[in-house]
Order: sequence, then structure tokens, then C-alpha cells
Amino acid sequence: MSYLLTATCAVPAVGAVLTAALPAGSDETRRRTTKAVALTVSLATLVLTAVIAARFDSGGARYQLTESYSWIRSFGISFSLGVDGIGAVLALLTAVLVPVVMLASWNDADPVRNPDGTFENLRRTQAFFALVLAVEAMVLVSFLATDVFVFYVFFEAMLIPMYFLIGGFGDRAGGPDSGAQRSYAAVKFLLYNLLGGLVMLAAVVGLYVIASDQGFASFDLPTLTNAISDGKLVIDPTAEKALFLGFFFAFAVKAPLWPLHTWLPNAMGEATAGTAVLITAVVDKVGTFAMLRFCLGLFPHASRTFGPAILVLSLIGIVYGALLAVGQKDIKRLVAYASISHFGFIIMGIFAFTSQGQSGATLYMVNHGISTAAWMLVAGFLISRRGSRLIADFGGVQKVAPVLAGTFLLGCLATLSLPGMAPFVSEFLVLVGTFSKYPALGIVATFGIVLAALYALLLYQRTMTGPVKAGVEGMSDLKVRELLVVAPLVALTLLLGVYPKPLTDLVNPAVNATLSQVHQSDPAPAHPVAATSGGEQK
Amino acid sequence: MNHALYLAATGGNSPSIPAPHVEYAQLSPMLIVFGAAVLGILAEAFLPRKARYASQLTVALAGLCGGFAAVVILAAQGHGSTKSGLLAMGAVALDGPALFIQGVILLTAIVAVLGYGERRLEPRLNGSSVDAFAAQGAAVPGSEQERQATMAGFTTTEVYPLTLFAVGGMLLFPAANDLLTMFVALEVFSLPLYLLCALARRRRLLSQEAAVKYFLLGAFASAFFLFGTALLYGYAGSVSLPEIADVIAGTAPTTPALAVTTQNDALLLIGLAMLAVGLLFKVGAVPFHSWTPDVYQGAPTPVTGFMAAATKTAAFGALLRLFYVAFPGLRWDWRPVMWGVAILTMVVGAILAVTQQDVKRLLAYSSIAHAGFILTGVIATNKQGLGAVLFYLLAYSFVTLGAFAVVTLVRDSKGEATHLSSWAGLGRRSPLLAAVFALFLLAFAGIPLTSGFTGKFAVFQAAAAGGATPLVIVGVLSSAVAAFFYIRVIVLMFFSDPQPGGPAVAVPSAMTATAIALGVLVTLGLGLLPQYFLDLASKAAVFVR
Repeated sequence: MSYLLTATCAVPAVGAVLTAALPAGSDETRRRTTKAVALTVSLATLVLTAVIAARFDSGGARYQLTESYSWIRSFGISFSLGVDGIGAVLALLTAVLVPVVMLASWNDADPVRNPDGTFENLRRTQAFFALVLAVEAMVLVSFLATDVFVFYVFFEAMLIPMYFLIGGFGDRAGGPDSGAQRSYAAVKFLLYNLLGGLVMLAAVVGLYVIASDQGFASFDLPTLTNAISDGKLVIDPTAEKALFLGFFFAFAVKAPLWPLHTWLPNAMGEATAGTAVLITAVVDKVGTFAMLRFCLGLFPHASRTFGPAILVLSLIGIVYGALLAVGQKDIKRLVAYASISHFGFIIMGIFAFTSQGQSGATLYMVNHGISTAAWMLVAGFLISRRGSRLIADFGGVQKVAPVLAGTFLLGCLATLSLPGMAPFVSEFLVLVGTFSKYPALGIVATFGIVLAALYALLLYQRTMTGPVKAGVEGMSDLKVRELLVVAPLVALTLLLGVYPKPLTDLVNPAVNATLSQVHQSDPAPAHPVAATSGGEQK
Repeated sequence: MNHALYLAATGGNSPSIPAPHVEYAQLSPMLIVFGAAVLGILAEAFLPRKARYASQLTVALAGLCGGFAAVVILAAQGHGSTKSGLLAMGAVALDGPALFIQGVILLTAIVAVLGYGERRLEPRLNGSSVDAFAAQGAAVPGSEQERQATMAGFTTTEVYPLTLFAVGGMLLFPAANDLLTMFVALEVFSLPLYLLCALARRRRLLSQEAAVKYFLLGAFASAFFLFGTALLYGYAGSVSLPEIADVIAGTAPTTPALAVTTQNDALLLIGLAMLAVGLLFKVGAVPFHSWTPDVYQGAPTPVTGFMAAATKTAAFGALLRLFYVAFPGLRWDWRPVMWGVAILTMVVGAILAVTQQDVKRLLAYSSIAHAGFILTGVIATNKQGLGAVLFYLLAYSFVTLGAFAVVTLVRDSKGEATHLSSWAGLGRRSPLLAAVFALFLLAFAGIPLTSGFTGKFAVFQAAAAGGATPLVIVGVLSSAVAAFFYIRVIVLMFFSDPQPGGPAVAVPSAMTATAIALGVLVTLGLGLLPQYFLDLASKAAVFVR
């Protein structure tokens, strides 16, 4: 048994405790020590996840590097970790984004300086970086857990540090009542996700009760999925539907899927740009990831039954999110609605039940994470320079800060899936995968891309071009630290846009395994229409 | 016949009645506690007022710790497993469930007595610090006598021996192996509780009202129990639980009398129903729950905590023994009824809790809902169910004690501030206390990593294995409802703005702090690493017959 996976999750967890315990102070050096420690920990985690991805054999077993420690024997709960291609890719995404977010939020959590020179909240820096590391640890466990219960616990526990990150560290561009708005956003985030979690808990208990009745007193995911696909564990169809909905509800709130999305614009709008990236690019990915791993693996029949309905919801999400993004006045809320549209694509790719669709969805998770991070973080730099989030307060920035404007343009272009950029590959795969089975849905979803061009380019045009607006004149260009933040993200967006093979190689075996669990295969290429006209549905 | 009785009673030359053989060593947990109670009465009578508090507290804690040590020693000697057997001529059973429940009750009582001893919360009177209990129980509320007693700084130290008597009765209750012993135990622990309820220092009328309600309804329930005992004696010709079981199963040697009475199932069924009413009242199950909110609210909060934890534990112990030892043969008759009771209890407890505005009433309704969850384990009628109930009782007791201990600390000028509106924003003023209370609420709600989750999971699993899946569905759904009102309180504490002039959090002495700390420790311990205790409960889950 290797300890690699446990170590990968433990490093940020221990780092969080360590960071929280570091001495606070008003002087710059102590703060810098804290930040350096946290950044080092996150880089160490990145190295470990890279080792996981390197050691992962894409031709090997479904779950690799597995570890298992008995936890509550009476209930068949063990702390089991294992990695498949999808988990490896998403763990890597998390580990890449966390140091970037830290670097981007370098000064966002400094203690507030009062007019009289004293400081408030001296432990703010420690708290922020510790919370980010805690989120990283929990997200990693969620991606690597092969025990349903362990996954559930960390999926839920994540809410606590996220709540404090949203509620405690706001965007300073908010306005006079930003404190109240922020705590509203944090509570809304918490209550939505808690509701989802409670419903899922009921389903988790139900699943165990049914499984233990038939002699599978275990939460071990491979054991359960194998038993289900071998027909040894038979869940009554009504119960299976109920359990599926219980799991799916929690994941749909987290992802978020229309109409459960309304917490996301609040949370992303009020949080710092770094936290917003954590929400949309890291934490929300656990939701879509879990649909793929748990809903499809554990409830194959119910997944097929509800698949069409979910496709319709995701289609509504794609169009609705994009339309609302076009109409936004606030840059961060615009990014949030754009993300809702993108999550629609991801979920559509998952429930189209084609290998292109699901590979595309997994790649989409990664690419959306990277490109949105770049977009949002540059937007954050822009907002902190102007002290406002309103699009109307900007104009002509490209004349004053050309590098900033250039990277922002790259972010916009990545979001609208320009060919050559990473999101193009995944969006194309999702659309092809959907179209081959549901041509009508594929056609409507394509309008999402058109709308994406609209909101992304309009945003660029309004903020960056035209005459220089008052308040923008003295805007400085990107600093070295900020360039360090943007450079890896831009590089990855371009690289994965032209050469996605390393990712697809990792992802494809896992996707095929998932598809075979739901007894779905790709429609025969020669008769794409015939394949959709019945037959496949059960 | 009369003649023979006369001879025996006068100790004549009849050799047929031997002196009862009593295993003192194996009864020692109860004997130690009763002994300490008697010692406490003597101390109350002979010691000067000033010396009473310290000596009563010492005697009570020493007695309870001694009792617990005796339980541990008996368990270590194997009396809970291999050497379990009947004591005192078959009147008392010594087996795994009895020892486990006695251990839980004693631990509960130790923590509760720590709360009784708290004297730092009330303002000092006449130079002496006072506790949560009335200055003089006999003084009429609002009278001159009461004012004088209060100003003199008197305290009621009788609460310690009263509690010890109650604990002694509770130890006997789940171990009683015949219906009469069970009834005596029921009375022994009930009477002191009625008194304790009436002894609140503040809001005395409310407290006395609670005591009267509890007493009247409790007496009624006791009467039911006694009547049930009589009917069952009429049916089976015995009050011993195993003998009743034998008669029901038809394995008892037939006598002419039995041949007549066992024709009449009405005696048996009505008798069983009446016994169940008596016990379900003590448990606080719907529809016998209506006393719970009033009594929990009116009683002094340390007593409420003790009652909520220990009474429930003892009563469930007796309920289990009754159903598992005496009436397993009648399973098909009582299970449907108990299904109804359990469903009603879970649903009514959870739904009514949503509308509560007072913390103590809220906890009362939550205790009703929990009684329902525990009942699902009782209904499982398998070894798993028994072990799960034992574990649940342990987990629930400490959460309850901790929660009520926190309630004692949130105070304004009129004493404890129990109205929920005054708890708004508590998390901002004293984050630690609010966080601790939030932990207890999460445990009540059954959130993973707390003891509440482990307990609920265990009973639901056992109930499903015992074929009560619909019950599990109702349980899970009402848990979800219940979770909402617990989370509502958390939201109130952390996300609402504090009221101006709201309550302050008093700084307790080491005793209440210890009680709360133990609550937190057990709640987290049984949530994170429950395996040892699950094994213990499962090993204990065999009744002796």
C-alpha cells in the first residue's frame, strides 16, 4: 500500500493548521512569512499531485494507488482513497489553481488599517491562507475518496471554510453596504448547500440500508458499483430513483445546475476574486465530478431514466446563464452567470452518455477551471485598481494598461471558446457528443456559444476600448506578481488548446468505464439518427 | 391456607421459607448509591447549614463514582457477558444491557451533579453564593418567608440526596426482572424527580406548576403500570418476566389455574398495553408526551438535563427488558402498535419543535423526536437493535447534558434567558459558547462526525435489518425536518444581529465547564472514533433470562 494519496491530502491539511498557528503581527515580515509558508505548502501539494498523475497508469486498473484504513467497522466505513483518470486530472487542476489563487490574493487579506494607524483583525492573513489550504485538503479528499461516506463527509465539511472565506474576506470594491451583502451571500451559499447535503445524507443512509440488507454492508464505491453492475446488488427501481435524486440534488446545488444556481452570483460577486475562483473553478467541480462518479456508478438505471430531464435543465442553464451574463452590470456577476452557462455544458456532456460527451465534460471541468481563473483573477486586478465592480466605471483601459487589457482579452476569448484555446476542445467534444445522440439539444446548445461571444466581447469592448474614462487614467499595468499569476494560466490555456492529448489519455479509460457502468455505448456512427430513436432508452 | 401463612409469618417451625439469598457484591452499584443517599439525608439533618454544601456534593460525587466503579468492576468480571445471571431470588437481572445502562446513568448523574453544584451564576446573597435551587422549598412563592430565606442566602442542599435516591431507582429500573420490582423502582426514581422539579430558585410558580403536572400525570402513568401488572399476574400467575414469557410461549408447566386464565387473551393484551403506557410516559413518547415541554421548561435547568438524559435512559432500559424478555412471543401484537407510536413520536416531535420559541421547550420537543428514533431501534427486535439503542442512549445522554448546561450560562437580570429571540447574535458575543452549542445541535440533528449521527445510523440500520424499512424512511424524513430547526437556531446565533440589552454569557465555575467539556468530548469521540463503544454496546446486547 502506498501512502501517496493520504500524504497529498494531509500536506495541505497540516499546512492549514500550521498557517493558522503562525504568529500574527502588524509588521510586514510576519505576514510575508505566513504567505510564504502557505504558498510553499500548496506548491508541495502540486508536486505530490503531479507525482500521482505521473504514476497513474492509464492502461491499468480503474482505481489506482489505493489505500484503505478501517474507520467505523460496524458500518463498513473505511477511509479509502484511490485515483482514476478523472480524479487525477481534477486533483491536478486543484493543486495548480490553489497556489495561483494564493499569489493573486497576496494582499487581499491583509489586516485592515484604521485611519489612526492601528490595525484591526491582525489574524486575517493567517485565517485566509489557512482556510484556502483547508478547502484544498477537503477538495482533494473528495476527488480521491472511494468510500461514499468519506466523500460525503468531506463534501459537506468543505462548506465551513468556504463559508468563512466568502463571509469574512470581501471584495473591497463593494460599496457602503458590502458587509451586509457579503454575509447575505455567505449565508445563502451555506443554506443552499446544507439543504443539498441533508437530502444527500438521507440518500446515503438509504443506500447503506438497502445494500446491507442484501449482504453488502459497505460504503466502498468499487464494491458497490461492481455488485450493481454484476446484478448481485439489486435496488428496487423506485428506491433507486429516490436515491439518485437525493445524490443528484446535492451535486446539482453544488455544481450549480439551473434552477438551483441562484447562490452562485451572490457568492462570486461578494467574495474576493481569489475566493470566487476557488468556488467556481475548484469547489463546484466536486459537484460535477460527483455526478459522474457517484450518480452514474451507483444508480445506472435511474441515471438513464432522468438523463433526458437533466439534459433539458442543463440546456436551460446554458442559455439562461449566457443571457443573464449579457445583461450584467457587475463584472464579477457576469463571470458567475457565464460559469452557470458553462456548468450547463459540463452537465450536458455527462448526461448525454456518449464517450465524447463525457470526455469533453471532464476536459471542460479542467479547461473551465483554468480559463475562468485567468479571466476572474485579471478581472480582480482590474477591479482592485479602480475600486469598483461596475462595468460602467471602466473604459479605455487598453490605452493605460495594455498588458492587463491583453490578458483580459485572452480570458474573454478563452471563455467564448475560440479555437486554439483549451475550452474550444472540450466544448466541441461536448457538442459533438450531445449532437450524435440528441441533435436538437446540440443545436440549441450551440446558441450558448454565440451568446458567449456576445457577453465576453461586449465586456471587453465596454471596459477596455473607447475613450479613457475618469478614474481609469492613472491605472497601473500588471505587476510582476500579477504576471506570475496570469502566465501559467495563459500558458496552460494555449497548450491544452493545441495539445490536449495528455489529459484525454488520462481521462478516456475512466470515461469508458463509467459509460459501461450505465450500460451505454456510443451510437453507431453510420446511423446516428436511428440510434437515438428509442432502443437505447432502457 | 391462612393457617400456613400465619405460621410462616410468625416464624414458626415451618422450614419451607428460607432466608432470601442476596448477592450483595453484585448489587453493589445500587447499594452504594442508596447508601450515599442515606448518608446525605443524615448529613442534611445533623450538619450545620454552612457545611452542608461541600459535604453533600462530596458524598454525592463519591457515591456516584463508587457506583460507577462497581459497575466497571462487575463488567470486567464478566457479569455482563459470560457470568450474567439473576440476583436476589430472581428479582434483579445482572446482564449486559443492565450494566451498560447503569453505567450510562451513573456517568450521566455524575455530570449532572457537577451542574447542580454550580454556584457562580446566581448573584451572591448575604455573602453566600447560591445555586439554581430554591432558597427554601417549603416557602410559598412571593411570601415574606420566601423573601427572608432568599435574603439570608439559604440553599436547598436536599437536592443531592434526592438525586441519589432517583439514581438508585433508575439503576434498579432497567435491571428489574419482575414487574413488582420494576414498579417499586419506578416509584423510587419518580418521587424524588417530582420534588426536584419544584425546586427552581427563579420563576418558582412555573416550576411548581411543572412539578404538579409531572406528578399528576406521572401518578396516573404509575397507576396504569400497576394495573397492567395486576392483569398480567392474573393471566400468567407470576410477575416474573421470564415466567410470563414461558406462559405466553406455552412452555410453562400447566396448572389448573393457568389453564383457565390463559384462555383469556384480553388479560394479557390489556395488561401489556397498560405496562407500555406506563413506560412510554416515562420515555416521553407520543401520545404520552404532553408533560415533557412544560416540565422541561419549568424544572431547574440542571434537573432538566438530568431528567432528560437519565430518565430516558432508565425507562428505555426497562422498556427493552419488558419487550425483549417478557413479550418476545407477543412480537406480532405489540410491534404494529409500537410502529404507530414511533412514527407519531418522530413526526410530532420534529414538527412541533419547529414552532418553539423557548430553548428549553425546543430541547423538550427534540427529546420527544429522539425518543421516536430510539423506539425504531427497540422495534427492530434483534441483537443489532438492542446494541444500537444502548449506544444511542449513551450518545444522547451526553449531548443533552451538555446542551442544558449551556442553557444555564446564557443569562440576563431575570436569570436564564431561554427565549430564542434573546439568543440572536450569541455567536458574535461569545463565539466559543455558541460554537459548543452549535456542536450539540448538530449532534441532535445527526450530522456526521458527531455522536448523533453514529447513534441514528445504528438504530436505522438495525430497524431496516429487522424489517422496519418504512419506519426508517419516516425516521430519515423527520430527521431532515428536525435538522432544520436545529440549524435555524445555529443561524440565529451566528447570522442574526444581537438584540440590544440581550443576555450575557456567565462565566461558570470549573464544574459546569467540566460538564460541558465532557459533553463536547463524548459527542466528538463517539462521532469520530465510535468503533470501541459500538463494540461495547454490541457485546452488552444480550439479556439474561
